[in-house]
Amino acid sequence: MGRYTLKLRRYSPESGEAAYWEDFTIELDGKRSVLDGILQARDEQDGTIGIRCSCRAAICGSCGVRINGRPALACHTHLDKAQETSRQGGEIVVEPMGNMPVLKDLIVDMDAVHWTKIQRVTPWLLPDGDPPEREYVVPPDSMIDVTQTMACIQCGACVSDCLSMEVDPLFIGPAALAKAYRFVGDPRDGQRFERLRDLAEDPHGIYDCTHCFNCIEACPKGVAPMSQIMRLRRISSADYEIEDRNNGYRHEHAFVENIEKNGILHEADLLPDSYGGKFHPRAVPELLDSLPVIVRALQRRKVTPGKALRSGFKAPKDVKRIFERVHDREERFELNLYVVGQEEEEFEGSAGQSASADAAGGQLPEERSPNR
Amino acid sequence: MKVAYWPGCVSRGFTPELHGSMAKIAPLLDIELVELDRASCCGAGVIAEHNQELADTLNARTFALAQAEMANGAELMMNICSTCQGAQSECQERLDSNTEYRDHVNETLAADDLRYERGITNKHFLWLMVEEIGLDAIKARVERPLTHLRVGPFYGCYIVRPTDRLGISRDSPRDTYLHLLIEALGGTVVDYAGQYKCCGFPIITMNKEVSLKQAGRHLGDAIDAEADCLVTPCPLCHLNLDLQQPLAERAAGRALGMPVLHLPQLVGLAFGLGPKELGLARHVVKPTSVIDWSTSVVGSVAAT
Repeated sequence: MGRYTLKLRRYSPESGEAAYWEDFTIELDGKRSVLDGILQARDEQDGTIGIRCSCRAAICGSCGVRINGRPALACHTHLDKAQETSRQGGEIVVEPMGNMPVLKDLIVDMDAVHWTKIQRVTPWLLPDGDPPEREYVVPPDSMIDVTQTMACIQCGACVSDCLSMEVDPLFIGPAALAKAYRFVGDPRDGQRFERLRDLAEDPHGIYDCTHCFNCIEACPKGVAPMSQIMRLRRISSADYEIEDRNNGYRHEHAFVENIEKNGILHEADLLPDSYGGKFHPRAVPELLDSLPVIVRALQRRKVTPGKALRSGFKAPKDVKRIFERVHDREERFELNLYVVGQEEEEFEGSAGQSASADAAGGQLPEERSPNR
Repeated sequence: MKVAYWPGCVSRGFTPELHGSMAKIAPLLDIELVELDRASCCGAGVIAEHNQELADTLNARTFALAQAEMANGAELMMNICSTCQGAQSECQERLDSNTEYRDHVNETLAADDLRYERGITNKHFLWLMVEEIGLDAIKARVERPLTHLRVGPFYGCYIVRPTDRLGISRDSPRDTYLHLLIEALGGTVVDYAGQYKCCGFPIITMNKEVSLKQAGRHLGDAIDAEADCLVTPCPLCHLNLDLQQPLAERAAGRALGMPVLHLPQLVGLAFGLGPKELGLARHVVKPTSVIDWSTSVVGSVAAT
């Protein structure tokens, strides 16, 4: 038995009162969950504490909250671990998830944000033609790739901490885009192109993700939503060659061509090329808009006109050969560690890098250990 | 110590003051930089997004070049860019965890007599300072402690997430190293909302407004927390936070004017180097709150 202090954020919007923090001391074994702690406080001290939960076994995805500032399932976080990661002298701080309005205390409005976004991506199969007489026959290999997104339990942890959504509430976001990949990657779906074009053309679609890795870190199921967004981009731009109006396609291609030519990045070309080239009608207003920045950079000698016009670097021959051998090959090879897993053999990286993947093959990853 | 040094692209492009200041402070820390001048761009996640194997092969080539230097006495590979650290660690994770895949990538490299052996040590300068040199040794070199200077750490994304890939755990608190370093240099750490958030740079060409709003918000949060300046281990963050700051002001709808320092510049100031030789004159936002230009003495506005 241990004693733990839970610091809960209390808030009832209809009360008209401001949100406040309230401490509850509970007694439970350290291996019991934060959810168990909250439920004990509710049962024994204050029946008005609002928390949503159901399975208590990290399956239903109902009890997503922020624990010590990080999104997590309350039922999948041990009390002793939560105390260890406390940034407030051992107090376990529990607050509702972010990016969604609070209904009461730890309960957020999943309908208003999360489910609306899930609906946005047409989350059902759209097969071509008439259905077969019996079931669809699909080779197992062709479905393995989407199993990672199918592990999602819709808890909203990734939505809570999406940094693009924080400034752009219209961003479709990590959970819904991972769901979109579930169908784009499904061999039975007949509308992959339409789905991808829709997500690429939407200013708040796949090209609105900054690759901040917050969703990968947040997900309790190893779905790695950001990796799924990158897959959507890859298929959209490389396989379907969808030239979107957000410059996603152009930026990606301009970047890759820039490296093939120069070996290292020549930024002065990349920016205009991402808009279609220095003299493209699209690039002109962008360059004009950035004029104050360009002038300042020249003034401070960050960039010299000569350097801006011509890269001083040229890709070595062997870099060019890598492009020829790998990039120009028809078949594209991709290694998904979620699918193939880690090799059995024990490996100790001398950089202190753990050998575990960002998504440990279908198993629940260890609770994260923040130090801040 | 001798290191196989990968400066990255941006430190030789739009933030030349980063590469320059690193070269200035290296001798003061007894670091010999052996530059990997034939290595290529890490891809910054964009090449991996386009073609994962291409990014993995390009970085395996960089690792192989570094390992050749390591056979000649370099202790490890060092970089000065969080984005390089993150993108290269991602490729390394795939290369290291699957022999078949590594062999496949090495086959491509073999045509040019290169080979990547699993398990390279590739550390950002920030990690190297704390783990290889040590904070006590850093403290001992401080000539001009950053007393009264209120510094906000801006970690960015690539050097702190995902924690398992980057070797961050309770026993290896790499996500606190900027804090520890600022303190070791005699400065005051200012915690603020945006310190672990994204600068927005990766989408600057795709959604400029959202990109700049992110930068503007974090800069504003740092101002509200009364920071004198920010320090970042990532030159791409520096582009959005410093170079684009005039436009970020517009997106944030408030005046900003927050100086942003590269990590080696902050270290260099504390080691007694002059602001000009550290390239501080090349910033878009003049670091006047950090430096008294008339005497070149470090100190915050409040302290002067």
